[in-house]
Order: sequence, then structure tokens, then C-alpha cells
Amino acid sequence: MKMKNAQVVIECLLEQGVDTVFGYPGGTILNIYDALYQYRDRINHILTAHEQGASHAADGYARATGKVGVCFATSGPGATNLTTGIATAYMDSSPVVFITCNVGESLIGKDSFQEVDITGITMPITKSNYLVRNPGELADIMREAFAVAAAGRPGPVLVDIPKNITTVEVDYTPLPKAEHIKHGRLKKLAERASHNVHKIDPDSEDVKKLLGMIAQAKKPMILAGGGIIRSQAEKELLTFAEKIDAPVAMTLMGLGAIPSDHPLSLGLIGMHGTLEANRASTACDLLIALGTRFSDRVAGHTSTFAKNAKIVQVDIDRAEIDKNVVTDYHLIGDACQVLAAVNEKLPQYSHGEWLTQVESMAGEPIPGRSDGKLEPRDIMREIHDRTKGEAIIVTDVGQHQMWAAQYYSYKRPCQLITSGGFGTMGFGLGAALGTKLGKPDATVVHITGDGSFRMNAGELATESFYGIPVITVLMNNGTLGMVRQWQSLMYGNRHSQTTLDRGPDFVKLAGAYGMDAYRVSTGKEFADAFDKAVSSGKSCLIECRIDIDEMVRPMVSAGSPITDFLLE
Amino acid sequence: MEQHTLSVLVENSAGVLSQVTRLFSRKGYNIESLAVGVTDDPQVSRITIMVRGTEATIRQVANQLSKLLPVISVRKLEPEKSLTRELVLIKVRAEASPERDSIIQIANIFRANIIDVSKTSLTIEITGDEDKTLALLNLLREYGILEMARTGMVALERGQYTINDDNKEKGEYDYGKNVL
Repeated sequence: MKMKNAQVVIECLLEQGVDTVFGYPGGTILNIYDALYQYRDRINHILTAHEQGASHAADGYARATGKVGVCFATSGPGATNLTTGIATAYMDSSPVVFITCNVGESLIGKDSFQEVDITGITMPITKSNYLVRNPGELADIMREAFAVAAAGRPGPVLVDIPKNITTVEVDYTPLPKAEHIKHGRLKKLAERASHNVHKIDPDSEDVKKLLGMIAQAKKPMILAGGGIIRSQAEKELLTFAEKIDAPVAMTLMGLGAIPSDHPLSLGLIGMHGTLEANRASTACDLLIALGTRFSDRVAGHTSTFAKNAKIVQVDIDRAEIDKNVVTDYHLIGDACQVLAAVNEKLPQYSHGEWLTQVESMAGEPIPGRSDGKLEPRDIMREIHDRTKGEAIIVTDVGQHQMWAAQYYSYKRPCQLITSGGFGTMGFGLGAALGTKLGKPDATVVHITGDGSFRMNAGELATESFYGIPVITVLMNNGTLGMVRQWQSLMYGNRHSQTTLDRGPDFVKLAGAYGMDAYRVSTGKEFADAFDKAVSSGKSCLIECRIDIDEMVRPMVSAGSPITDFLLE
Repeated sequence: MEQHTLSVLVENSAGVLSQVTRLFSRKGYNIESLAVGVTDDPQVSRITIMVRGTEATIRQVANQLSKLLPVISVRKLEPEKSLTRELVLIKVRAEASPERDSIIQIANIFRANIIDVSKTSLTIEITGDEDKTLALLNLLREYGILEMARTGMVALERGQYTINDDNKEKGEYDYGKNVL
């Protein structure tokens, strides 16, 4: 079939089953948008206020659905505006294909208008990227891009197409997705790369070794990371944990790996982890880490992390083995496949005494306020109860993010969508829009703070125009709370440049975009407003006035052993 | 920090070299020697990298290298099990007779070739491992080295094994083939 390459791009999206694209047009990508016009009944394009919003929306869409997200942008500033979103997706292993157009080939390298070397810029933050130079190769590259984004440890991929390439007429042969691996570049790649991680055999030496270590352990513990979520291994993990009878701590990216209210769940581990999770990791004699890279926010002081334990690391990415914490044994593989193979041979253990010991590690409940002010913990609990624990929570970055992680009880994977690795303030609103579009039947609650929200509040225009019913709960403490917390605890209360005493009036701002908005300062007001928001089925913003000195507890300072609590 | 030699097979295409070297600079490691050239398969190049670093970090860089799509395979070459060679061109000052004669003698002892002669200089070509080239350089230094150029070290494993053979012992890190 003869067609222009701009159309080939869209046909390739259809091959992948893509029906939603986030993006922003511009000079060099005009031809692709022109082709998109012909396909507007089949591809829903969401025009955001800024390319960064589009990048986070595509990322949120990918995380919520498990599908590959797609994002378009033009050359130059369009492309560089994506970079924060690309890095965010990269750090949290989220599969997104970014498609940018560059200036025509005759203008490349001449500092032309809106020219930038985006493949060079994004080299460290993509799994792979492509500058298309051979017009006949575009379909092949698109197929490879989607396969690479989703394969193994997922991640973002960027395809940069010079404008003149998009106008070249080529011979396009449709190819069903299942056939892609048998053709062209992907075929070559599959032949020489262990592209599909081989299935773990239950009788393999690795599995036997792990079974032996489990048999010897008196105090086993499981650390579940984002790898469990990405490999959809929640059922296997539950069986594994129950058979070993071991407590499970979760990283921020791993929340939802097992239900937070399960008796074996210790909740979050790390800098703001629970007392029992952090203490148990230090007391255990075997730590089985699944799909986690022991980030500095998890392990803190790496040489004392799980110092009394043999550490076994299971990861699909061999470059993660021993990167941050030196382990005693490792298995390379998909968490779901490894656990399934181990479970097959795993006998039932009972570690009642150890579990009782772990239970005693929990601290006293943190006392509530006595002045009747609205508390973050109560906001999260109220949201939990009013959504019956079924909502998808999307957060920005900061104190509210930690409260959302601590006080909403997650039942399953993909229920918390948050920028864990990169810590991108301004991620939330775009990601929430992408989440809601990917999961239209779910109640999507966007938890944010006044600092994060102001960064990309322009996406309210997108939310309002498309009528995407996200409930934004804005915890307004009038400060960059997390930074203030560090200043209060470690910088002698010198609150340098963190006080946000400058508006805007968030209720009026949401009103300007035609959205419902409420300002609340008591628990009762919040509950009423939240109920109205849910029942209206429309976009809504609830601004919660909270105290400027609220703190996230517990807290371990950066780089300290994770049982040295600065705040309990 | 000890010196390590990594041999890397890559697709012979634009941008691959910068993808590979970036991983070293990110760790703050200076590449001491780098040699790149196409192999018998014109679509495949071999990069030989010599770098100083801790064993653990080199292992991590090698693991990250093997994740790059254009990287076909990565192997760390053990000094006792590999052959290393470098070609060095040295232009040395040689104005009067006694010096000229001794330089020529030294070159002969090292089985180096004199490939250019002028009234005031000699240019010597030597091929060898690091010890040999260093020894020659040290001797020539007193005559005055005007300038020099080196190709960078190239290396191959001894014996019948190639970079693509799976001859790793169990328990060793298998950087081996590319993984997505």
C-alpha cells in the first residue's frame, strides 16, 4: 500500500491497538497531525496545555492500563519539554513511546529554527531512541520502538522523525502485532538478544538454592518493589508470602503488591516507612527482594541495610543486581515467572514466633491533633472509606505523596500512581488525566500539594475541556512542606524560600476553568465536599487547608540506617 | 583501582560509540584507551576499552552496556587470558650522528620500524603490549620526543574461544548477550 510516512506513523499506532494519544502540534510535526485528522474517528488525541502535561498523561495512562502510552511533540522546545516526563517514565520503568519530529534533513546540524538534538539529549533517559534517516525503515522502527518499550523491564522510547521523511511516499505493508517479531529489525534483535526472558524452570539450580535458603531461614522477610506491579505477580506473591509465612514490606513503587490490610503486610519501607517494616528488615535473617533496586529512599545507609540477613535479589534487569546493595544471591527473571516456579516446590512454613516479634516492632499510633484542624491522615482515610478502597490514587511529589502512600489502604497493583524514582513535582494532574482516560470506570483521585499543583496547573484547561472527571484533593499548607520539614528538622528552622504565601485562590482558579471547587478546613466539610464531587461525576477540586507545620512521620534522615528514626 | 579491559561488539551505526562511552563518564571514569574498528562483518564493530575502576563498578557498567540495543556482546578480558597490542608512532629528535645511531639501535632491539627520516628527526613505529611500548618510550624520552600518536589497545581472548562463546563458569557474571 502506497502512503506517506506521516500516515505510516498512524497506521503503526493502529497495529499496536493504540486509541489514545497525548500531544501538542507544531511546525515540524504538521504532517503527522494532518494524517491524524483522517483517523480522528479511530484515534482520540488529547491536546494538553503543555508538552510536559502530555508526557505525564501518557505515562499515567501506561501505568494505569499496562499498555504502552503514546505522546507526540514537535521539534525543539516541544521535544525538550518532554524530557522531564521521559525521565520520570524511565526512572519508574513505565512504557511510553514518544514521537517527535525534527527539522528536515537539509536543516539538521545548522541550528535551524526549533532544531534540537533530542536523540542526543534523551540518550540517558530512554531505553532506546531512534533518528529515522531511511524513509523506508519507519514502520520497522515504530514496531521495534513499541516492542522495546514493553519488553523486559519496560521504559520510555523516543522516535525522532525529520520533517522531510514524513512526506516521503513509501510502500507500507500492514503487519499484525504478533508477526512483528518475525520481521525486520525486531527479528534480528530477537535472534541475538535474549529478548524474551526465558522461563524459569522449577528444577533449576537457582530455584533450588532459593528454596534451600528459605528452608534454613528462621526470620524470613519479603521486600516487594515495582517489579511485582509491572509483572502482574500479585497472586504469585500472595501465595509465596503465605506459604513462607513471611512478612512483606513494600517500596513506594511496590504498594499494592499485596493488600495493605493483609496480616502479613508491613506497609511501606524506607525513609518514611513504618516502624515495623524498617525494624523487621534489620532483624530478619533472610530478605527476599523482588523487583526492587534498593533505592536510597528505601535502603538509606546501604552497608547496614538488612545487616543480619542473607539477601536474595530477584530482578528482570541484571544491571540492578548488586548495584546499590550487595546481595548474597540473585535470580534473573520476571518476578511472576520466578515466583510461580518457586511456589511449585515451596512447602508450607510457619513462623509464628517471628511474626509476633515483628508485630511488637510497631510503634504507638501517632496521636492526632487536639486543635480540631483538618489532618492529612484523616483526609486520606476519609477518601479511602468513601471510595471503599477502590479508587486509583494519583499523586504529585512531596508530603502529600507520602501521606497518600501511608494512609490509603491499597488492595491491588496500579492503584497508586506516583513519581517514585524521579520525584517529579507537577506529575500528578497530567498523570491523573491519563489514568482516568485509561480507566474511565475507576474513581481517580489526584492528591496534590500547593507547590506541586502550581507547577502544571495549566492542565486544568485540559481536564475541563475534555470533561475528564478527576477529583483533585489539594492539601494546601502554604509551603513546600517536605522541604520545610527538612529545614525545620535539620536546618534550624530557617525556612529559606519555601513559604508559598502568594496564592493563587485555588477555588477561583478552578472556577475560571469552569470546574466545581470547594475550600474545606474541617473533616466534616471535607467529607461533604468529597461526596458531592463523587456524586456529580464531574471534574472537581477540593482545597484542604492544613497546618503549615504538619510533618510526615515516621522519618529517617537521608543516608542513615533505616532504624534510626528522626521522627517516630 | 585496577585496570580492566572490556571488549564490546556493537552494531556499526551512528551514535553507538557515544552511547557506550557515556556510561563510563557517568561514573566519573576516564577511558584510558579506546580502539574502535569494523570486524569481518561490516555491520559489526568491536570496541576495546581500557579503564581503571573498582571491580564492582566495572561489572555494573558492563551490565548496563549489555542493555544498550546496539550492543551485541560484552566481555571483560582477563590479562592472563588475553592478548593485547597497540601501535604507537613516535617522532623523536635526532639531529646529530651519535644520537641518531643510538636511536636506530634502540629501535632495532625493540623490533620497531623507522618509517620516516628527516634531517632532524626520526619517526618510529612500534607494535606491542603496554610494557613494551612503555619501555621504548622511556628510552626515547631522553632524546626528546617531538610528538606521538597511539591507536589504543586492541585485545582478543587467547585460545579458541570468541566473544560470542558461552564459556563462562557458573557463578560468574554472564554479561553475555544483549537483554532488553
